[in-house]
Amino acid sequence: MFDRQMQPILDASHLTKQFVMRGEAVTALADANLRICKGEFVCLIGPSGCGKSTLLRMIAGFETVTEGSLLMWGAPIAGPGQNRGMVFQDYGLFPWLTVRQNIAFGPAASGLSRSVVAATADRFVRMVGLEAFADAYPHQLSGGMKQRVAIARVLANDAEVVLMDEPFGALDAMTRERLQEELLDLWAKSKLTVIFVTHAIEEAILLADRVVVMSPRPGRIIADEKIELLRPRDPTSPEFNALRRHLSGLLGGAH
Amino acid sequence: MRLRLGKSMSLSRILLALAVPALGLAAWHLATSNRGYSLIPPPWTVAVQWWDLAVGGVWNDAYSAMLMTHTLASLGRVFGGFALAAVVAIPLGMLIGRVPLIRNLFDPLLQLLRPIPVTAWLPLALILFGIGPKSAFFLVFLGSFYPILMNTVFGVRNVEERLFEAAAMLGVSSQAVFWKVVLPASLPSIFTGLRLGLGIAWVVIVIGEMTGVQTGLGAIIMEARQMSRTEVVLCGMVTIGILGFLSDQVVQLLGRWLLRWSPQHV
Ligand SMILES: Nc1ncnc2c1ncn2[C@@H]1O[C@H](COP(=O)(O)OP(=O)(O)O)[C@@H](O)[C@H]1O
Ligand SMILES: [Mg+2]
Repeated sequence: MFDRQMQPILDASHLTKQFVMRGEAVTALADANLRICKGEFVCLIGPSGCGKSTLLRMIAGFETVTEGSLLMWGAPIAGPGQNRGMVFQDYGLFPWLTVRQNIAFGPAASGLSRSVVAATADRFVRMVGLEAFADAYPHQLSGGMKQRVAIARVLANDAEVVLMDEPFGALDAMTRERLQEELLDLWAKSKLTVIFVTHAIEEAILLADRVVVMSPRPGRIIADEKIELLRPRDPTSPEFNALRRHLSGLLGGAH
Repeated sequence: MRLRLGKSMSLSRILLALAVPALGLAAWHLATSNRGYSLIPPPWTVAVQWWDLAVGGVWNDAYSAMLMTHTLASLGRVFGGFALAAVVAIPLGMLIGRVPLIRNLFDPLLQLLRPIPVTAWLPLALILFGIGPKSAFFLVFLGSFYPILMNTVFGVRNVEERLFEAAAMLGVSSQAVFWKVVLPASLPSIFTGLRLGLGIAWVVIVIGEMTGVQTGLGAIIMEARQMSRTEVVLCGMVTIGILGFLSDQVVQLLGRWLLRWSPQHV
């Protein structure tokens, strides 16, 4: 399945997460095994409540590990860090900062010089095509623009792993398609590793090198499928449809 | 109930806003003028008195041309007490909102002290700070302290968890998060507190200046009342009203600029 020579960037083994709710333990993720190599685009897919967000948030360092191990470059993940960046469905932008300042936030926090911070911010403002809105505040932007800022903010911070939790779920279909293309473009030009949560089978097949299928109660990984279709992928092709049927079957016809 | 000056202050709105006061003034005039004796002086007498207070040359008594002195004294106490309240309440509120130990130490005590009205503190203030401006200053401080504190605590406790996660992943240390996230995110609430606090400072100033100070708008109101100079009392009231209104406008202008990023404030 993967090259033994190469150390995985992320390595989860027997990873389990339990939450305690009103004195009762809820298993959000049970015995998950997952190795991701640098540069891979992985989609996590599964019905609501199967632990997709939990797995992503553990990788981000927002949640602790209950059992098992979770390593990045061989070292346990102990908390949030600059090498991993999350793109939230609700954007999570700082409302008091302009587009440019939001994008500059990470570089500024790591104490780079003013001129380097400004140059970095400008570069990523341009990369996501928001030059005309560089001095606008988040509340003046559309959902698609906000998500571009959120992506640029993570890239400007030099994250190696980009974690995306249903990032395009709240956007209209046309904006979603545009952003999917732009994301693939950015990914192809960089060495980014992307872990992308979605509950749309089509989105997963369109984007991913690998689709990891999860099921709920308790949340676990039930399949790990390579998508070998050449990009750009055509959702109307018979191969695309065959994959869609296959994944749909794995998800128990829930989709 | 937001007051807006500037772009939305059209002529028709100004006229509408002046209609009721104009009617009130007319009623006041009709009820008090051309009578042998009235407990409340007519508006014209008050206007003349105000002129004399401002620049003198009419009565040439103890009040003549003293308006600036009294106004500056009151302004000093209002803004001094208010500023001190802000300087203490904002950091304290941020700590109470975010540090459980500080919350457990201070919150019960402050909740217990909060229902005590400023007027009830007056005798104690006189014992603690003596007769004079220090007591007035203290009472103003006390009056504006709680609204600033409560709103700061509220703002700080309602910062979206998401923003802390975003800051952490972007490499902000847990100390720096105070300045980079907590303070800006709670600024709208803090500002509400400042506005309420300054309003209360103007309410409290009259009580504060009942502590036997010689100058101040509150002081001349109390003194003129004892001397049955009701027109001076009315002049003091009008002046406090105007100053309170103007200082609220200044704070709002500042707020609109500082909070121009907030969809609730533009
Ligand atoms: N902070 C939490 N406290 C308690 N239970 C949680 C928490 N976060 C998630 N869960 C539970 O864990 C399970 C998986 O949730 P989640 O990872 O959000 O699923 P998904 O993102 O796939 O919809 C759900 O049953 C959810 O209720
Ligand atoms: Mg989720």
